[in-house]
Amino acid sequence: MLSPLILIAAVLNGLMIGAVYALVALGLTLIYGVLHIINFAHGALLSAALFAAFFAYQKLGLDPYLAAVVLTPGFFVLGYALQRFVIGPASHGDDRNMLLVTLGLAVLIENALLYAFRADTRTIDLAYGFKSIDLGFTFLSLPRLISFVAVFAVALALWLIMSFTDTGKAIRAVAKEKLGAELAGIDVAHIYAVTFGLGTACVAIAACLLIPTYYVNPSAGNAFVLIAFTIVVLGGMGSVPGALIGGLLIGVVESLGGFFFGESLGQVGIFLIFIAVLLLRPRGLFGASA
Amino acid sequence: MSEQKVPLSRRRFLATTALGAAAASGTLAMPSILRAQGAGVKIGLLHPVTGALSYSGQQGRIGATMAVEEINAAGGIKALGGAKIDPVLGDAQSTPDGGTAEVEKMNAAEVSCIVGGYASSICLAVSQAAARYDLPYAVDVGVADSIVTRGLKNTFRFGPGFGVIAKTALDNLATINDQAGKPAKTVIIVHEDSLFGSGLAKLLNAQLPGKGFEILETIPHPTPTRDFNTVVLKIKAQNPDLVIPADYYNEYVLLARTMLEQRVRPKGIYSVLGGAASSYKFVKEFPDAAKYIMDCNHWFNPKSEKAQALKKAVEDKGQFFTYELYMNYNAVYLVADALEHAGSADRAKLTAALAASTFASPIMPYGPTKFVNGQNEGAAPANTQVLDNDIKVILPPEFANAKAVFPIPA
Repeated sequence: MLSPLILIAAVLNGLMIGAVYALVALGLTLIYGVLHIINFAHGALLSAALFAAFFAYQKLGLDPYLAAVVLTPGFFVLGYALQRFVIGPASHGDDRNMLLVTLGLAVLIENALLYAFRADTRTIDLAYGFKSIDLGFTFLSLPRLISFVAVFAVALALWLIMSFTDTGKAIRAVAKEKLGAELAGIDVAHIYAVTFGLGTACVAIAACLLIPTYYVNPSAGNAFVLIAFTIVVLGGMGSVPGALIGGLLIGVVESLGGFFFGESLGQVGIFLIFIAVLLLRPRGLFGASA
Repeated sequence: MSEQKVPLSRRRFLATTALGAAAASGTLAMPSILRAQGAGVKIGLLHPVTGALSYSGQQGRIGATMAVEEINAAGGIKALGGAKIDPVLGDAQSTPDGGTAEVEKMNAAEVSCIVGGYASSICLAVSQAAARYDLPYAVDVGVADSIVTRGLKNTFRFGPGFGVIAKTALDNLATINDQAGKPAKTVIIVHEDSLFGSGLAKLLNAQLPGKGFEILETIPHPTPTRDFNTVVLKIKAQNPDLVIPADYYNEYVLLARTMLEQRVRPKGIYSVLGGAASSYKFVKEFPDAAKYIMDCNHWFNPKSEKAQALKKAVEDKGQFFTYELYMNYNAVYLVADALEHAGSADRAKLTAALAASTFASPIMPYGPTKFVNGQNEGAAPANTQVLDNDIKVILPPEFANAKAVFPIPA
């Protein structure tokens, strides 16, 4: 009964969902690569962004894809401000403290959302929410396809920023040698904040791509963050192409694993990969040697 | 659906405790204000109004307080000289421990009775804690059979338990299929992998073959599941006549949406205590995905004028008329009726009055009330179907306001 076409459909689904995982992971890996901390507030920020996209549609009638144009710079500023005025100062110069501050922020943001919007799940119903493209053997969801393309565009844009702009060069310099960069006249606090802003902006885009087919509640973002963390480790901490390839790979593993072993065990496959990578290639697929 | 998984990660623990502290100023301040009204009968209204179950808990609280306000406005408890019901609000914080802690507080506040609980896990803990003080406890929703089978003299459940609901659901499924000329022979079960979904899947696997159904596959999935495309691909590959989902709200909605997106249309979608299948919210937000879905769940009697009036009052407040709401409304009326019969707010007398209660709810499609070991034997679920962008009752026949549309027209 198992036709190869179903397998192709499963792989395609994996790639579609994997692209969104990759985008969440991009933000996480960027922040890790420069600040050398795991941003525990990433999931809570994703929930917040989902709420922002939801209300942009609900209150202002703004289509999520248009809302991305507003929310992306908005969340960049939010991320910048969080790092510059909250996380940075609260860490008193020790990067390890930042980790704890982000954990505190996660609890704060999640509960503020819970307090303001209660725990009920909200969704939006868009005209194109159920549109799909008929490939003959399967239907490809249009919102998913849009997000797939958009993720590649975002990854390309990030890569261009990192490679060719002065800010990008400064980010890479700080990532490589913080003290050296500081001596060369780079404002490290500013670069930290810019990086955090970029990571948060990725989350805003991910939220706008997710909301047409997903739902939002105060802990919705958490479902993506554990997986994003796995992708960051798989792809190599701080690596943009690593996050992209890792995300797609994890998406396909999850989809095929779910298909052959059931959804409950399919998730196990992801974490087996996670452990295997840590054991055999701790720097990840694309990571620079530690 | 009344049993929900409460994942207790460190993050969740931090979140709930922090929220508890945050909510203390708002939520816990309320009872003291309400209590200041003077000598009345204190009744504890205990719901998970914060944490993972907070939506259901808040709906429950709305239902219970609406009943209290109504009773007080109509002159209070007449057998006690018009004494007003004095609600003592409590938050179980979506955990059994939170529920137990509130029982202690309510006992100290000298309540005569406790109403609520919502989730089975909370109801189990609350009934036990309340039993220590011989405090009568009216369960609102919690369906686990063990809530009333442990021999606790203080615990009363007006609504149906899981065993009755599951049996009714299976019998009714066979009836609906037979009446349509047995179009459905093959079934795929999709269930969440915690106690509720797995337990139901096990029961279905044991019972459905005896009723002439062949189960093609049983697909478990965790909560939360981010993507249902793989599950739907499997369903599509095997093309079953019937899909039976046993999921919580979010996953249920994602599954139904993905089935629509992948144009998977079986002859019927049938659920038991379905997370979204009898939710006005789902029907309103995704009418196309919800269309024709059938469910066997707690439901009100649509032919009752009282129920329709309550529904309107709730909708005028901008709320959805969910089962948590009217189950709690009923539970408060059950207690008020027992207070009238007991003629006293004394716990022992109230317990005896509850055990002998013949309270007939004007809202629910139940038979005559008769408590046996704390369970109302008259309680029964109803079968609903999403028709004309509304939720209609299709069974039992005496309460039905629509005929089942099965198989789903092509």
